[in-house]
Amino acid sequence: MEVKTPHIKAFPYEEFRDNETLEELSRQLNEGGANVVVSKLDDLINWGRSNSLWSLTFATSCCGIEFMSIGCARYDFARFGFEVTRNSPRQADLIMCAGTITNKMAPVLKRLYEQMAAPKYVVAVGGCAISGGPFKKSYHVLQGIDKIIPVDVYIPGCPPRPEALLYGMIQLQRKVKVEKFFGGANHKEKNPHPLVIDFKGMAKEKLEEVKKFIKKEIDNTWK
Amino acid sequence: MEVKVIEYKVFEQEVQALKAKGFDYLRNLTGADFLEEGLGCVYQFENTKTTENVNLKVLAEKVGEEYILPSISELYAIADFYEREVYDFLGIIFLGHPDMRRLYLRNDFVGFPLRKDYDMSETNPSNQMPEDDEKDSDFTCEYTLDEEGNLRRTEKCLWMPEDYVINIGPQHPATHGVMRYQTSLDGEVIKKIDVHAGYIHRGVEKLCELGTYQQTLAFTDRFDYLSANQNRHALCMAIEQGLGVEVTDRIKYIRTIMDELQRLDSHLLYFSCCAQDLGALTAFLYGMRDREHVLNVMEETTGGRLIQNWNRIGGVQADIDPNFVANCHLLINYLRPFFKEYHDVFGGNVIFEQRFKNVGVLSKEDAISYGCTGGTGRASNWHCDVRKRHPYAAYDKVEFDEITFTGCDSYDRYRVRIEEMEQSLRIIEQLIDNIPAGDFYVKQKPIIKVPEGMYYASVEGSRGEFGAMLISDGGKNPYRVHFRSMGLPLVAVMDHVCKGEKIADLIAISASLDYVVPDIDR
Repeated sequence: MEVKTPHIKAFPYEEFRDNETLEELSRQLNEGGANVVVSKLDDLINWGRSNSLWSLTFATSCCGIEFMSIGCARYDFARFGFEVTRNSPRQADLIMCAGTITNKMAPVLKRLYEQMAAPKYVVAVGGCAISGGPFKKSYHVLQGIDKIIPVDVYIPGCPPRPEALLYGMIQLQRKVKVEKFFGGANHKEKNPHPLVIDFKGMAKEKLEEVKKFIKKEIDNTWK
Repeated sequence: MEVKVIEYKVFEQEVQALKAKGFDYLRNLTGADFLEEGLGCVYQFENTKTTENVNLKVLAEKVGEEYILPSISELYAIADFYEREVYDFLGIIFLGHPDMRRLYLRNDFVGFPLRKDYDMSETNPSNQMPEDDEKDSDFTCEYTLDEEGNLRRTEKCLWMPEDYVINIGPQHPATHGVMRYQTSLDGEVIKKIDVHAGYIHRGVEKLCELGTYQQTLAFTDRFDYLSANQNRHALCMAIEQGLGVEVTDRIKYIRTIMDELQRLDSHLLYFSCCAQDLGALTAFLYGMRDREHVLNVMEETTGGRLIQNWNRIGGVQADIDPNFVANCHLLINYLRPFFKEYHDVFGGNVIFEQRFKNVGVLSKEDAISYGCTGGTGRASNWHCDVRKRHPYAAYDKVEFDEITFTGCDSYDRYRVRIEEMEQSLRIIEQLIDNIPAGDFYVKQKPIIKVPEGMYYASVEGSRGEFGAMLISDGGKNPYRVHFRSMGLPLVAVMDHVCKGEKIADLIAISASLDYVVPDIDR
C-alpha cells in the first residue's frame, strides 16, 4: 500500500506546476512501506482534512483584501472547503500570512504559529511574506517569513490575484493529501525551542540548581 | 511651497498668534535632517474658514547631545501624535509633551532611522529581527528645561493602580489590520485607550530617500491600498510641481475618473466591512459583489485589480482602454439602484441604527483639532474636502456636492460614504463622455532631478486628505519624502471618541472611522 498521487476534482494532475516536489515527498514516504489498514485510514482522514482547511484570519496589508475577495461571491473559496476562518490560532489549521511582516510583528507571528495545534501549515502570500518584496531593503522588514517559521506554499504576486490564491490553496490540499497522518508523518517539526544553557560565569549555587533541574527533566522523560 | 523660516525662540509665540488668527488645522508636520543646519521641522497650518495656508520651518535647538523643540500639542491635539512620530524617527525631543514615547518602533529600538547618518546595513543590530517579545512599559516621560537650561526627564505612570487594562490586537479581526489598543476599563465603560502603532511600519520614507524619483512611486500604492490611485496621484503631483510640468487635460480627466473609481471601490469595501464588523454577513457579500464590478472596469484599463500602478511622473502609464467609456456607463447604470438596496438591507435596519446612532460623537472643533479629514470630518460638519478646498486635476470643471452632516456620530460617518458614492458616479458621468484628445503622457527625462525646494501636494483620498511632502536638494534622489497619513488622525482620536463608550462599541466606532493600518504606519 503506497501513498498515491493526490487527485483534485476538476483539476487534471498534468495541469499543475511543480509535480516533482510532491512526487519526491511521496517517494520518501513510500520508502518505509505502510500498513494496509493504517494507510486506508490515512486516505480517509486526509480526504477530510484537505477539504476542510481552516485558516487563521491573519492579514497585515494589501493581500488581506484579496483574501477577503476570495471569500466572497465571485471567487468563493467555499467551493473547496476553505470558507471557515478562525480568529483564534488554536482552532486554525493554517496561517495564510497575507502581507508584510515587520520586525515588530515577527515575534507576534512566531507566537501565533506556536499556538496552533499540529498538524499546521503556513502559506506565504505575496512578495512581502516571501522575501520582503519591495520593502526588502528597509530597516524594519523581515526578509521572508521562512526565516522564522516553516512555509509550505509560496504564492507570489503583489498582491496575488484571487485565482493565484486559490491555486496556492489547492496546492496545499495536494500536500495535505500526500501525508501519513498515522505513524510516519512528514510534517513533524523538530523541537522549536531547544534548551540552551550557558554555564560560563554562572554562580555555584545557580549551577547546582540547574543541575538538579536537568536531572529532574531527564528522570521525567525516562518515566 | 512658500516656507517661512523662524527662530527657535519666537516659534511658540508665532504658533499661538497663528492659532488666534484662525489657523486651527495643523495640516502636516514633517521632521527632517538638514545636515549642517541640524534637525528641524516643517509645520503646515491652514485656516479652515479661508483655506489660507502658512508654512513654518524651525530648526531644533541643541542641548548637550539632544535636539529640542517646544511642543504645540496643547494647541493642536493631533500634534501629540505627530510629535511622537518625529521623536521616533529623528530623535527631536518636544519640551512639555505629556507622552514622549516612540510611536512606531519598539521601545528598545536603538537609533533614529530618518537621520542621515543612520546605518542602514544589515550588520546593524537595530535592523535585525528581535528575538524576544517587546517588553511593555507602563511608564512614559515628559521633558522640561530647568533654570540652568539642562534637560530634565520626569517619569509618569500611564495607568492608575486600580485600572483594569485589556489588550486588543495586534492580531484581532476587527482592528482592520495589525493595530493594538491597550484599553483601560471601568466595568464595561472605556476609560482610556493607548494606541500602539507600527506593527506594519515598513520604513517607506527612508526607502524613498535611497531610490530615484521613479522608484518612490510604487511604495505609495501600498500604503492605503484602497486609495492606491489617489496616493500615487499626490506624489506625482508633488514631483510635477517641482519639475514645473504642466500635464494635459486628458491626463487630468483620466486621473480624476480613476480617483473616483477608486473611491467607489473603497467606500463599497467600507460598507462591507461595517457590516462584517457588526455581524451582518449578507450585507458584506452584497458590497463585495458590487465592488468586483468597479474593479473590473479599472482592471480592463490598468491591468491591476487592487493596486493599479497607473500614474507616473508626467502622466499615466498608457492610454485608456477602448471599452473604458462604455464600461463606465454600464457601471454607473449598474450601481445606481443598489444604494437603495444597501439602505433596505443594512443602513435602515433598526439593529444597525442602534449600534451606530449617537455612538462615538466627535464635535467639529475636535475634528479640526485632531485633523480628522475625509468622511469623518464631514460627518462632523467640517467642510474639509480637498477637492473643494484646493481643487486639483479636473475637479474644478465638474459639479458635485460636498456631503456634510451635523450628527457627528458613527451613523453620519456611514451616511457620508454612501452619499459620496452617488457623487462619485455624478463626477464620472460628467467627465466620461468629454475626455479631451491629447497626450496621456508628457515625456520626462530618464533621470529626474527636482530643483531644490519644498513641494507639497495633497489629494482627497478615500478617507481623508493624503499629502505628499517632498524636500529636494536638487539631486537625483529625493532628500526627504513625508506622507500625510489619512489614518493617523483617525486612530489618534480613538482615545477621545471612545472615552465613556462601551467596550462593544469600540469595534463599531473603529469600523465607522474607516482607517487602513499600512497607511498609518507607512
